[in-house]
Amino acid sequence: MRTIDARGLSCPQPVFLALEAIKTGKDSVVEIRVDNAVAVENVTRAATSSGWSVAVAGAGEEMLLTLARQ
Amino acid sequence: MSSKTNPFATTIGVVCVGLTVGILAAILQKLGNPPNMGICVACFERDIAGALGLHQVAIVRYLRPEIIGLCLGAFFAALLSGEFRPRGGSSPILRFMLGMFGMAGALVFLGCPWRALFRLGGGDMNALTGLAGFAAGIYIATFFFRAGFSLESGKSQPSPAGYVLPLIMLALLALRLLYPQIDGAEQSGVLFYSLKGPGASHAPLLASLGIALVIGFLAQRSRFCSMGAFRDFFLFRQTHLLWGVLALLAGIFCANLLLGQFHPGFAGQPVAHDKHIWNFLGMTMAGLAFALAGGCPGRQLFMSGEGDTDAGIFVLGMIVGAALSHNLGLASSGAGAGPNGPIAVAVGMVVLLGIGFFCRRKS
Repeated sequence: MRTIDARGLSCPQPVFLALEAIKTGKDSVVEIRVDNAVAVENVTRAATSSGWSVAVAGAGEEMLLTLARQ
Repeated sequence: MSSKTNPFATTIGVVCVGLTVGILAAILQKLGNPPNMGICVACFERDIAGALGLHQVAIVRYLRPEIIGLCLGAFFAALLSGEFRPRGGSSPILRFMLGMFGMAGALVFLGCPWRALFRLGGGDMNALTGLAGFAAGIYIATFFFRAGFSLESGKSQPSPAGYVLPLIMLALLALRLLYPQIDGAEQSGVLFYSLKGPGASHAPLLASLGIALVIGFLAQRSRFCSMGAFRDFFLFRQTHLLWGVLALLAGIFCANLLLGQFHPGFAGQPVAHDKHIWNFLGMTMAGLAFALAGGCPGRQLFMSGEGDTDAGIFVLGMIVGAALSHNLGLASSGAGAGPNGPIAVAVGMVVLLGIGFFCRRKS
């Protein structure tokens, strides 16, 4: 499992990092830390359209997205 | 908070917001705003610069309540949704430069991306080259994004920092209320007003402010962004925001037809010129600047209302850039490019390409 820290980064960077991990990595689960709702929405949209599931935990500035290969 | 708990951030939500913005912009024009300029963030920030005496062009001076409303509407939306968070520190001086050069490019074209859509929806076909340039500028930025472009991470800021832009907007509103326009006078207290030209055309204060508050609220919730629409399509083939932009265009087009405000053609369009090369290149520069900064001028106002001080710096850069554009002869007029407009585009493109090239993440 790979964990990416995208806190403090503005879009499109969190989406870029997520898609890079999805497309080039061998992990079937990728965790991404983000600190804003827009990043949650954008990463969720990009991951689900790539066929991955997304679970969101946490709130505020400490949110963890767990992406899993379907 | 996922999009499931925020219906505005779904594709249907952003389409509804786009339609609403288009229709409300047409209504603002009917109520007195300049033709094809329902809400132009670039033009209206330029008018504010004039109202405060930062430039001396007599026909573009009015303290536009729309800018105040957009920021404060987003501020209230962010407070209500728990998304207000003072943050910043991500290359502020570069963001100031991006705001300045983005504004200079927009004033070579004569409008922000929203106005490009409003112009097209009003029949001004010159907007086509502007929009093509805008898309080209964003496309150039995608090469930098793929190469690892980043203005680096921001972080939480002391609480008062997040309130600075909203408070500046409240202060501007106070000035507007303290010093209302006096018939036939160019000055009221410390504020300058236009007696003719686009600056003299404006909807009533409450309509301008009220409609902009609604748009600011909706846009903050939906993350509406004209630059993001093209960027996400180019980078990820995502059409989510693009549908919102197309809805805005459909909204203004239909509302203009109904209100008798659709006048198709190239020549004689209001507050526009038909020098296609400068329409294209001006918006190429603007599109590149907005893409590197992460948001179109409207989105920067909404983010500044959320407590994003980097977006606030960008907004201040745009206002200073507007004043300089007029003081230095960079801005266009209905006759075409300003005397130094081509130099501004050349210098601006070099600066923007330099920022894109040299700001790459090490890791």
